[in-house]
Amino acid sequence: MNDELHEEIRAAVGAILKGRSARGGFDAALWKDLSDTGFHLLGVPEEVGGSGGGLRDLAVVVDLVAFHASAAPVAESAFLAGWLLAQAGVAVPGGLVVASLDEVEAHRRGGSLRLSGRAAVPWARHADHIVVLARDGDEVSVAVVPVGELEKAENLAGEPRDIAVFDDVEALTAAPVGVDVDDLRLRGALARSVQLAGAARAVLKSARQYVAEREQFGRPLARFQAVQQHLAALAAEVTAMRISADAALLAVEAHHRPEFAVAAAKATTSAGAHVVATIGHQLHGALGYSAEHHLGAATTRLWSWREEFGNEAHWQDRLAAAVVAEGSWWSTVAGGAR
Amino acid sequence: MTATIDLAAHRPGDSELRLRDEVRQFLDDQRAAGAFRPRSDAWMSAADPAFSRRLGARGWLGMTLPTRYGGHDRSPLERFAVVEELLAAGAPVAAHWIADRQMAPSVLRNGTEEQRRRYLPGIARGECFFAIGMSEPDAGSDLAAVRTRAREADGGWEITGTKLWTTGAHFAHAIVLLARTDGAPGDRHNGLSQFVVDLPHPAVHVRPITTIDGEHHFNEVVLDHAVVPAGALLGERGAGWRQVVAELAHERSGPERFLSTAPLLETWSSELRLTDPVAAREVGRLTARAWTLRQLSLAVAAALAAGRSPEVAAALVKDLGSRFEGDVVETVRRLAGIEPRPGADGLAGLLADAIPHTPAFTLRGGTNEILRSVVARGLGVR
Repeated sequence: MNDELHEEIRAAVGAILKGRSARGGFDAALWKDLSDTGFHLLGVPEEVGGSGGGLRDLAVVVDLVAFHASAAPVAESAFLAGWLLAQAGVAVPGGLVVASLDEVEAHRRGGSLRLSGRAAVPWARHADHIVVLARDGDEVSVAVVPVGELEKAENLAGEPRDIAVFDDVEALTAAPVGVDVDDLRLRGALARSVQLAGAARAVLKSARQYVAEREQFGRPLARFQAVQQHLAALAAEVTAMRISADAALLAVEAHHRPEFAVAAAKATTSAGAHVVATIGHQLHGALGYSAEHHLGAATTRLWSWREEFGNEAHWQDRLAAAVVAEGSWWSTVAGGAR
Repeated sequence: MTATIDLAAHRPGDSELRLRDEVRQFLDDQRAAGAFRPRSDAWMSAADPAFSRRLGARGWLGMTLPTRYGGHDRSPLERFAVVEELLAAGAPVAAHWIADRQMAPSVLRNGTEEQRRRYLPGIARGECFFAIGMSEPDAGSDLAAVRTRAREADGGWEITGTKLWTTGAHFAHAIVLLARTDGAPGDRHNGLSQFVVDLPHPAVHVRPITTIDGEHHFNEVVLDHAVVPAGALLGERGAGWRQVVAELAHERSGPERFLSTAPLLETWSSELRLTDPVAAREVGRLTARAWTLRQLSLAVAAALAAGRSPEVAAALVKDLGSRFEGDVVETVRRLAGIEPRPGADGLAGLLADAIPHTPAFTLRGGTNEILRSVVARGLGVR
């Protein structure tokens, strides 16, 4: 809850990220800058080798990386892999470490844990280590494995969305953990909500500048009421996305109905992505449709992230189930006893 | 003004959660006793002075007023919790709504000591109801075009003009008017003042305006050389526009801007089983939207409580929220497949209440087009 600290993080990370937007790939130089300053492991406890700080400190970094459309996997690294490691008390290994989004079968042989199966591991091709939830019967562990065989794929934004293939791979370290793959995916949905809100803010910022500068029919686009109405609708949606991500972070931090809040936030931010991308492109005209323009770096991410960790339909169904279970729509929305 | 509207999510405190439960219990009891039937848009159309007095007796009106004026020294966020529960339940709150929401803070801020003592305790007891005379035949969205004129006369004021769309003037104990005291209509925002006129008044004629649903909630109020005492001036002479604008953030951002049709959604979803996947998904969609809207509305309330005036954010909440209210009606109507029947029990009656009200959602309190132009100006492009 330290706003001043957040402003300091915002300023420092913003200075590192400024101008470093990318269409896909991995910005190794940027990652080095983030690593040198420790921002790549913010929100991960110092006991496991992280930089310390809370969830919302880390969210500031995740938001800014999304806002600047930088090719740096802070969400997959600190937000997901770092969280898993902290849950199990396993030290953060060196280099770039990312999380497997799927649980993998495991068995013990001669004192070591060996993993077999396929798992989605975003950014794996650029990583040194993968953190995996490994299941051996009823026991779930957090395991660290080196990056091995991969099937490469990308999302619409060109971000690596690789599949790791484990064929009797020995874990470097492993420790039992009390969370499961549903918890991990909820955490992922929270990360993507923050990222969607960040990318949406970038679209608004760009649109606002563009309509003020671009002239047609002898006046700036901003002088046209039709354009003003579009811009206001865009600002409203972007603000709604931001506040839903913020509120979900607060709910998770306070352990106050975190599943419901994250579901509502991901449903909101995923649905908002369409509104934001549509109005954003409409306001930028043909220029924003060029690969050279920065707008596409934000909108292709919106179109990708809205699907990842469950799109709005997935989370809407979960929210409906919560309403039925609670027996009252309003007390589901507002919380409190009935 | 930064690239986004500057708001921070609010985490409710224990007292807000406790109050919420108290109000829910009270409303359950009232419903069980047959004191009210949930209605959509009840804050606009369901006036029940006895119910208002019961809320006053529980300390749930004039909550944020100081105790010396009969209030309860509660925080705006505690009031928010109470108001939200009343709206979600579709309780009959229309009688006191304007007095509690707008006139209590306005009289406290702008009124003289005499005006405060005259009106505030009654508002907090649920015994003093207000109407607001803003719109006129030639001044709708363009409020600065008001022609109602107040002239100094015999140590008081003489007011002449016509107000339209004045909610609840037929039962209100007083009306607050925006009138021109100085300058000419061309002076726009300058020279306007606010007055409190006690009702009934021999030279103030209140005539009903019947809406498309056949109901009477609005009025035409004609002031025919109505003489009022000097003490009727509210706030500063000539500062009426500034005073009105300061009220707008309260008027536009509250939970009534997204919860007007909540009783309809509550009733429909309570009959829902997950057997209909289409309906379930729509409930989920509206649930996410409502949750987000209340985070926005709460954030504005928190900003107001912190002494800021988030006028742009409030406009934005009303734009999103009022569109959501219509979305609820359309979604329930489409999926329920029940013909609306005025006066009927259950969904058929709730739909009959809600459907003819939908045009009003995006008109009242400033049309959504005007609100968006307020947002555009806030973004620095107008």
